[in-house]
Amino acid sequence: MAASSREHVLSLYRLLLKESKKLPSYNYRTYALRRVQDAFRETVEDPKVVEELLNRARDSLALIQRQVCIGKMFAIQKTVVEQEEKKSD
Amino acid sequence: MSPKALKGINRPNNLSCFTTVFRSEAGCSERTRCISSGLWALWSLVTVRADHLPSSPCTPSTALLSPRLDELRPLYMDFQATTPMDPRVLDAMLPYQVNYYGNPHSRTHAYGWESETAMEKARKQVADLIGADPRETVFTSGATESQQYCVARFYKAKKTHIITTQTEHKCVLDSCRILEAEGFEVTYLPVKNNGLIDLKQLQETIRPDTSLVSIMTVNNEIGVKQPIKEIGHLCRSKNVFFHTDAAQAVGKIPINVNDWKVDLMSISGHKISGPKGVGALYVRRRPRVRIEPLQNGGGQERGLRSGTVPTPLVVGLGAACEIAQQELEYDHKCVTVLANRLVQKIVSEIPDVVKNGDPDQRYPGKIRLSNCLFFLKWESLLMALKDVALSSGSACTSASLEPSYVLRAIGADEDLAHSSIRFGIGRFTTEEDVDYTVEKCIQQVKRLREMSPLWEMVQEGIDLKSIKWTQH
Repeated sequence: MAASSREHVLSLYRLLLKESKKLPSYNYRTYALRRVQDAFRETVEDPKVVEELLNRARDSLALIQRQVCIGKMFAIQKTVVEQEEKKSD
Repeated sequence: MSPKALKGINRPNNLSCFTTVFRSEAGCSERTRCISSGLWALWSLVTVRADHLPSSPCTPSTALLSPRLDELRPLYMDFQATTPMDPRVLDAMLPYQVNYYGNPHSRTHAYGWESETAMEKARKQVADLIGADPRETVFTSGATESQQYCVARFYKAKKTHIITTQTEHKCVLDSCRILEAEGFEVTYLPVKNNGLIDLKQLQETIRPDTSLVSIMTVNNEIGVKQPIKEIGHLCRSKNVFFHTDAAQAVGKIPINVNDWKVDLMSISGHKISGPKGVGALYVRRRPRVRIEPLQNGGGQERGLRSGTVPTPLVVGLGAACEIAQQELEYDHKCVTVLANRLVQKIVSEIPDVVKNGDPDQRYPGKIRLSNCLFFLKWESLLMALKDVALSSGSACTSASLEPSYVLRAIGADEDLAHSSIRFGIGRFTTEEDVDYTVEKCIQQVKRLREMSPLWEMVQEGIDLKSIKWTQH
């Protein structure tokens, strides 16, 4: 039970990161990635809180998917910092 | 068919359908694949083939302002002026823009009921953030409108004295000026060098005929946090109404109107990653604060502010408040780290830089650095830093070339006031943003200082204040 729920949490985490990387807006993308990573790094003991956080994570996943679509519909030029990131990669 | 006509056609709701379309759009010259709606494909082809347009199906009108795809957008470091809307807020607002379009005051059908439920839920979210009762919040069009209700004619016959500070936002100062013309007496309290007011001076200034004290919680230009709790208790003990402009403080520091004994509070939506064009006003019920309605009509918002409440905007404001409450600690931590990083890096590289405002009693995300330029005007640095969106004062005074009145109020010299810029850090700022800004800032300051004859003189040890400039 513990193993499957751990798998479940990890798969949710990976999905969230994967979707967050698709956000076109620099601000949103960097914020989503950072927030998701920090949220999943917190240690939570209480199973009820864990359940609530997982529900919130699922809602966030759907939200990010919608925002990815909307962002792509209204895409604009990149920010100067993104260009710097690309150069350094 | 014109692009505008095509926009109204029902697009498929299926998300996967959208992603198919977008994955296939790899560049201006590539064709798109046909999808379920043939007209949708035609529209996409029309857009894709037009080389001068960006590669998205919808061409927003802002594309006309900066049409070139290879032009990069500057980095946004002006979070005091406004903030980008949080995607969660946008997500909450969209259903009310598209489907749930009912008037919340319509009592006779489901459209009205669902909008009203959403509006009341938003009201509760806003009230929870400030520790108030939902019945005490009134939705307005922004903090400026909220201020008009507060800095107003309370008990005009008997009490005609109002106290405010010299560092208030322009809307408060302007309202005070209008009231002065009507016969009120306004005292503009001076602030100390660190930007904070003197409580003793405030106590002495309060008279028996004082009706209102208006002091902002966090200053938008220098970021200092006033001792609102002490001021609130002082005003309550003297039976004076206390209004605070919390536009810059809401969602960034914990606020409790009951602990602070605040009677009136202005909240702005677009400063907390909410939509622009909406704000809220907190009006205490116990003890009752009687304010006059500025907008009369159908009696909405307890008769205080008639007019249809804009459901999508208030839903956005409510969502922004709820997110701010959840993320308050996390955001504060991130912003503090980034702000310290920015200040330390700049101060270590550029000598003679002064940070305005009290070092402790402040909100870390609003930094104002003076003397970065040492006798170079802020316009030259802002123009040199064209890759970074910065400002030198509040947005409403940004058109003027005069130095900020807030800096004059804290006693900064003319030179310091003329050479200061303001950095704003918010929820969405990253380390890369800060590093980039710092690097460019240091580079440009060094370059400009090398060109500056005044800097040369300073290096030689000449005291610039002793120079007599000849007139031509």
